[in-house]
Amino acid sequence: MEIVTDTKVMLECKDLTKAYPTPTGDFVVLEDFQLQVKEEEFISIIGHSGCGKSTLLTMVAGLNEITAGQVLLDEVPINGAGPDRAVVFQSPSLFPWMTALENVMIGVKQVFPHATKAQRNDICKYYLSKVGLADAFHKKAIDLSQGMKQRVGIARAFALKPKVLLLDEPFGMLDSMTRVELQDVLIDVWSKEKITAIMVTHDVDEAIFLSDRVIMMTSGPYAKVGDVAHIKLKRPRERHTVVEHPNFYKYRQHLLTFLDH
Amino acid sequence: MGRKILNSFHWLGFSFLEPLVRLIRGEEPKKNGLIIFRKVIVPIASVLLFLGVCNYFAHYLYAVERERKIEKTLATQGEEAALAMQECIDSGDLSCKPNSLPSPGDVWNGAVTLIEDHKTISADKEAFREKTAGINAKRKAQGKEPITYTGRPSFVDQIMTSLETVFAGFLLAALLAIPAGIVLGLSETLRTALNWVIQIFKPVSPVVWLLLVSMVVKTILASADMDKSFVISFISVGLCSMWATLVNTAMGVSSVDKDYLNVSKVLRLGVFSNVFKVILPSSIPLIFTGLRITLSVAWMVLIAIELLAQSPGLGSFVWEEFQNGANDSNAKIIVAMFVIGGIGFALDRMMMLVQKAVSYESRA
Repeated sequence: MEIVTDTKVMLECKDLTKAYPTPTGDFVVLEDFQLQVKEEEFISIIGHSGCGKSTLLTMVAGLNEITAGQVLLDEVPINGAGPDRAVVFQSPSLFPWMTALENVMIGVKQVFPHATKAQRNDICKYYLSKVGLADAFHKKAIDLSQGMKQRVGIARAFALKPKVLLLDEPFGMLDSMTRVELQDVLIDVWSKEKITAIMVTHDVDEAIFLSDRVIMMTSGPYAKVGDVAHIKLKRPRERHTVVEHPNFYKYRQHLLTFLDH
Repeated sequence: MGRKILNSFHWLGFSFLEPLVRLIRGEEPKKNGLIIFRKVIVPIASVLLFLGVCNYFAHYLYAVERERKIEKTLATQGEEAALAMQECIDSGDLSCKPNSLPSPGDVWNGAVTLIEDHKTISADKEAFREKTAGINAKRKAQGKEPITYTGRPSFVDQIMTSLETVFAGFLLAALLAIPAGIVLGLSETLRTALNWVIQIFKPVSPVVWLLLVSMVVKTILASADMDKSFVISFISVGLCSMWATLVNTAMGVSSVDKDYLNVSKVLRLGVFSNVFKVILPSSIPLIFTGLRITLSVAWMVLIAIELLAQSPGLGSFVWEEFQNGANDSNAKIIVAMFVIGGIGFALDRMMMLVQKAVSYESRA
C-alpha cells in the first residue's frame, strides 16, 4: 500500500472487501483493498475483464453493497449513493424521454435546490456547451448519437459539482474516433474543474493520457493492487505532445508488460 | 407538400397508400406499381373473393332451406299448398322467404333499412321535441321532470350507447389498473402477495363478472333512481378488461432499466420524483400496450355483456334481432357484426395514435 502524505486525501478505500455468497462458499472478488486518492488527482484503474475493477467503482459509488471495510469520502464513511460521487456510466444511461438539458437539469435541481431557475439553467447550459452540445440543448436524448449521449453524461456528472467523479469505462461503447474526441472533451472540462476522479478502463493509452496515477489490478478473485505507475506528464495535456513525449512509451510498456502476465 | 402528405399518412398508419401517392407523382413507376399491386390490388381482390364465397354459400343455404320448406308444406298441407309455397318463394315475396344466411346483397339492404330507420326515428324525435317543448318548459317551471322521448332507439343510437358504455368501462379499468399496477410494480412483496388474485380473476369470463357485479350493484343501488343496467354493464366491462393494463403496468414499473434506477440513486431523487420522472415515463410504452389490449377486450366483452344485461346497445340490438326473427333480422345481425368489427378496429387505431404521441420510443 502506498501512503500519500503531501496533500489532502479526498477518497480512501480501507480494507475494502467484496464477496458474493455461493453454495460452495464465498466468491471473493476483492479482499482488503487499499487505495488513497488525493484531492484533484485523476487516477485510472486498469486490469483484465472480470478483475473486479468495476465492482470497486460501483462500491465507491454506493451502488453495490460493501461486504467489509470502508470507503471514506473526505474522511466520512459513505452511506449509499449520492450526488457527491457523480458517475459517468458505460452506457450513457440518459433518460430517453427527456431533452439533453432536462437530463442535466434533473441532477442540478437536486444539488442546488436553492438556486433560481435561471441560475440552474445557466449551470446546465454551461456544462453542455463545455462538452460541445451548445446547439443540442433541446434535443431529445433518444435522438442523440451514442457519442453525444455520453457527452451529456459527462456534462451531467460535472454539473453536480461532485467531490469525486467516477468513470466506469466511460468510452467503452464508443468507436475509436469518437472515443478520442471524448477523451479530449473530458480532459478539457476536467482541467478547468480539477475534480478528483477515478476512472476504470481497459485502454492503456486512455489511462496514460488522462491520469496522474494508473493502478494496475491483478486478475481476480482476490484482486489487489498489482502495480502503480505515476504518470508525470505535465498538464494541461494535449494529445500530440503526450504521444510524442519519450516517457509515454515507457509508461505504455510498463502497463502492457503488467497486463501481459 | 408531397412529403407532408406522406408523413401524415405514415403517422395515421395509412402507409400502404404511400406508393399510390408516389406513383401519382411519377416516382419510380415500375417499383411503386408493383407495391401497389401487392398492397392495394391484392387486398381488394381478396375482399371481392370473400364476398363471392359468401354469396355462393348464402345461395346454397337458401336453396337447401327452400327445398326443406316446400317439403314440409307438402308433408303437412298437401301438394297444392306446396306448389303455392314454391311459387310464393320464387316470386320473392318477403312473407314466405326462407330464413337462412343472408347474402351480401341482403346485408347491404339491411344496412340501408337501418339507416332509413334511423332517419325516421330521428325525425320522430325532433317532432316530439318540438311538440313537447312548450309543455316541458311549463313542467320545468313547476319543478316537474320534463317528458322524454321513450320510443324505440335507432341503430345509430344503439351504437352511441355502446360507445358510451365502453368508454365508461375503459376509463374505470384505467383508473383502477394503472395506480394498482404502479403500486404492485414497486413492491415485490405486494406483487407476490396478490399474484393469485390476478391469476385467478384474469381468465374469468365476462358473463360471470356480469353476474358478480349485478349481485353487488343490485344491493348498493337498490333504491337509487338511475339506470342500473348501464352501471352494471360498464363496471363489468371495466373489471373484465382491466387485467391487461394491470399486468403490463406492474411489469413496466418493476422492470425499469437498472441504469435509470442507478442514475436516480446517484442523484438521490425523492420517491415522488423517482416514480413520476423516472419509473413512469420509462414504463409508458408498456402501459399503453396494456391500455390498447384493455380497450379491445372491453369492446369485445361489451357486446356479450349488453346482450345479457339487457342494457341498451349493440349487444342487445343483436339479441333482439335474433329473437325477432323477421325476414331481414339475419341481415341486420350481420350488419351489426361488421359495425362492431369496424368500430373495434377504429378504437384500436385510435389507441395506437395516442400511444405513438405519448411514448418516447416511437419515432414516426
